[in-house]
Order: sequence, then structure tokens, then C-alpha cells
Amino acid sequence: MSLEAHLFLALLEGTVGALVLALTALGLSLVFGVMRIVNVAHGAFFMLGAIVTWYVSTLLGSFLLALVVAPLVVGAVAVVADRLVLRPIGYEPESTIVATIGLLYILEQAVLMIYGPYARPVTAPIYFRVDFPSFGYSGYKLIVGGVAAILLVATWIALARTKLGLYMRATQQDREIAQAFAVPVGRVYTTAFGAGAGLAAVAGALIVPVQQAHYLMGLDALLLSFVVVILGGLGSLRGTLVAAFVVGLSDGAVSVLFSPTLAKIVATLLVALVLAVRGRGLFGEEIA
Amino acid sequence: MTLGLHLGVLALLGGLQLVLPPFHHGMLARIMVLAAYAAGYNLLLGYAGLMSLGHAMFFAAGMYGTGLTIHYLGVGVITGFLLGVVAGLAVAAAVGLITLRTAGPAFLIVTMMLAQAFYLATLYFNEITGGDQGFILSGLHLDLAGRRLPLADPAVKYNVALVVFAACLLLNFWIVRSPAGRILLALRENEERTRLLGYNTPRYRLFAVTVSGLVAAVAGSAYTLLFSYVGSTFAGILYSIYPLLWALLGGAGTILGPLVGTLVMTYLVDVASSLTTGYLIVVGATLVVTILWVPAGIVGGIRARWAPWLP
Repeated sequence: MSLEAHLFLALLEGTVGALVLALTALGLSLVFGVMRIVNVAHGAFFMLGAIVTWYVSTLLGSFLLALVVAPLVVGAVAVVADRLVLRPIGYEPESTIVATIGLLYILEQAVLMIYGPYARPVTAPIYFRVDFPSFGYSGYKLIVGGVAAILLVATWIALARTKLGLYMRATQQDREIAQAFAVPVGRVYTTAFGAGAGLAAVAGALIVPVQQAHYLMGLDALLLSFVVVILGGLGSLRGTLVAAFVVGLSDGAVSVLFSPTLAKIVATLLVALVLAVRGRGLFGEEIA
Repeated sequence: MTLGLHLGVLALLGGLQLVLPPFHHGMLARIMVLAAYAAGYNLLLGYAGLMSLGHAMFFAAGMYGTGLTIHYLGVGVITGFLLGVVAGLAVAAAVGLITLRTAGPAFLIVTMMLAQAFYLATLYFNEITGGDQGFILSGLHLDLAGRRLPLADPAVKYNVALVVFAACLLLNFWIVRSPAGRILLALRENEERTRLLGYNTPRYRLFAVTVSGLVAAVAGSAYTLLFSYVGSTFAGILYSIYPLLWALLGGAGTILGPLVGTLVMTYLVDVASSLTTGYLIVVGATLVVTILWVPAGIVGGIRARWAPWLP
């Protein structure tokens, strides 16, 4: 393959990766924006989405059904966790981090016990090849990118145009004033946590036919989401989208041209330095 | 009286080696080294009020600093140990400087990211570090007063672990009682007010991160020498979460808490690992239970109820 073909492949991989990453990171960003908490279990929700997808599409034989069931199941798990653990500790920032680390291990190890240590694929529901001048590309990957883009727009519209979206934005701006204006803040919190988990689960479900479902797949998703959300500014949805593209494209490029491990080292160091110099990200507000 | 209590605990640990059966003898040696690690973590979390999720990089810096120099340069045990400690000190000071302006969740995420970069680097340079597989050190000897003591010998292992733990415990005790330790407590309670009172808060934060990282590196280096193994597992995120769990369960901000937390958790994980493959679920469950019902930890709870004088 020529250099141009390599670059084009990197761009294509990067764009699809960026769209899925944006979907995952959007969930994390939503939870931080509305609830002011850092959810370390976000990667576990991504992983759980993939595992549920494997079970549903293997046992019931329908990937499309799995795509609907996965976010619902994972969202329900998140809502239960919110009610049983996060609400009783009053969403105190550091206790919440400890609690979500705990949740991460509970989910991950429960999956290990039930599903086992295997990496298992699901056959893509649609298989066709798109032939570019110098290489062929999986059509399913393009569809993944398209579905992720549609879901991103849908989330955006839900936040900007619906009453629930208005409640969320109000809670994000000022929790107490929102409560004074009869916004049911408690329910908004639970909804945001469930919806954030659901977004991660959809992303996990979409990726199974490409990546296989494995109980440890959540850690990379979590770290990359952190990178994106911090670069974009915690709580800023527009920043999250921009950052997902920057990270997704550069990750794709460095991975194809050099090595995936090197790409991750560069990304994590970059984000640590950005955060250390500016307590806020490129957009968005101060975390502390 | 309080110093007496801590010396008593150390004496008890020293005496236990005479009565413990081999399995528990070995477990306790390992627990003491890990408790030293937890004590280093606790200096930062319990006294300066900074929650880190990257201490594995300090532990691993000590481990690689010692292991690589012994393996490749053939230095002796004492020199290797000192080089590991210096490596840990350098990494801790650098991290302290980088994170100087972050607080709360931002501090936690930055330390986690830096530790992850460190972990990935140990994998990336696997031709030198051995990556996941790691490498084994063999035939380590400690030359002490003309005698040659093999570190693989259980009694030597136990007593070296005891000395390392005792040194870390007493350092902890001394720092907490010193004026600098008081200022760390003030930092935890209210950084803004401490600064207003005229204290150079960034300098004390740097001090806290550096000393905490140093103690973690001492533990990491000792772990390598006693258990003759170097591997990237110890740089992974689990080994950043462990000291948080040990310190929280035992009681953050108590001197004996890290030992109690490490003791309980190590046995719990050991029992669970014989029952199921997903034994780390006890790590998750203990974190959630601790934060929900015993946020002060075991020793912290005892202090609140019966012994307000416990440091």
C-alpha cells in the first residue's frame, strides 16, 4: 500500500473510532456535567453493554434486538447502583470515586464468574465490503460510524429540545436554583446516571462484532473517555465531541503508523499535562 | 503511651514469627511489606487529604530501580535497594511538581493518567523490562556484619520485612507529630486558610507527595528483593487501588490503619481466590461496603468510639 492509502486508512479508522469514542465519552461527560461526579465504573458499563449484546444475539439470535436490550439492561443496573450506593453517600466527590471503583470491580468480576475469561465475537448483522482504490474496507464499520453519529445527534436534540434535557441543563448550571424552580433534581440525577451508562452500553454493543466481548475491555474505553472528556473540558458536550475527533484521529494515525501502545502513552501523558497546567480542559469549567 | 502502643505492635509482630506456622509466616512477611506501601499511601490520603490513583508508579519505580540495576548491572542488594529508592524519589518529586496545581478529582485523574503512561511504558520497553512476564532475580544475599544472609530464607525474609515496616511506621509516627505533619493536617482541613495563615502550601504539598512516594518506593524495592520478582503487574491500576483500599478499610489518617487494612484484605483475597476465579470481587465489595457503612475505617472507628488519643 502507498503512503496515501495508509493515511486514508488511518483517517477512516480514526473517524469511525472517534464516533464510537464520542458516544462513550458523551455518557461520561453527561454524568459529570449534571451530577458533578467522576464515574470510574463508566468503562464497566461499556463492557457490560458488549457482554449483554453477546448473550442476546447468541441466545436469541438477533443483533438488532441486542442493540436495544443492552442499553436498557445496563441503564437499569446503573439506576440500581445510583439508588443503593451513590445516593446514600450524597454524591460526595471522593467517596463517589471510591464507590465507583468498587462498582467497577464488582461488575467486572461478576462477568468473569458468569461469562468467563473468553473473548467472544458476534457476527456482524450486515456484511459487505466497500472497495476503495487500493484496499477493501468492512462495510459494517462504516455503519457503526453512521449509527454512532445518529445517536450523538439524537442525544444532542434530547438535551437541547426536550423537557428532560432542560431539567438536565438547569441542574448542571445550578442545582439549588433548579430545585427551587421545582426541577426534580434527585430524579434528574438518577436519569443522567442511567442515560450515561446506556450511552456507554450502546457504544460497547456496536463494537462487539469488530472487537469481541471480553471482561477486561472496559479499562481502555474508560481511559480514552477520560482523555477525551478532560481535553474537551468536563461537562462541556461540544468540547467532548471536538476532543473525541482530535483523540480518535490522532490515535488512529499513530496506531496505524507507529504502535497502539505508543499512541496510548502519548495520549495519557498529553492529558495529564493539559490537566496539570489548566485545571479546566480546553473548553468547560474547573474541576475541583 | 501512644509510642509504647506502636512499639508494642512491632514487638508483637517480631514475636509472632516464633509461633506462626510456615504459611502464615510467609503471608505476614508479605503483608508487612505491603502495609509499608499502604502507610506511604496513607500519609498522602489520611494526613494531606490528597487521593491518588497512581501510587503503583512509585511502588514500581522502586521495584524497577532495584530489579533492573541488580539484573543488568550486577550491583549488590544494598546498592540496588538505594538505587530503587532514588528512582522512586525522582518519580515522586516529578509527579509532585506536575500535580502541584491540581486538587480533588483532578489530582486523582492526573496521577492515574501518569501511572497508566508509566505502566504502558513498562510494556512498551518489554525487551528491557520483560513486560507482563517480568523477570526473576535469583540468589540474593544480604551481607551483614561479615555474615552472608540469603534473602530467600524465611526467617531473613520475615525480619527484613519487619525492619522495613517498622522504619516506615516510625517515620509515619514522627512526621505526623512534627510541625510539618500538623501543617499537612491543616492542608487537609482547609488549604485556603492554611495559605492565608502564611504557610507555603505548595511546598508542603510537594513534601507530602514526595515522602508518600518515597515510602511506596521503599516498599516496592523491598518487595522485589524479598520475593525476587519484577513485573509490570505491580505497575498496573490494581496496585494503585490496593493501597487506597487498605488505607480506607484500616482507617485513613490513623497510623495503625494501613497495617490492619492490609492484614484483613490480604487474607480476604486469599480466601476468596480459593473459592472463585472472580475473587477480586471482594475488592469491589469491600470498597463499596467501607464507603457506605464504615467511612472512618476499622481503626478510625475504634478511635472515634473508644480511643480518641490514637494518632
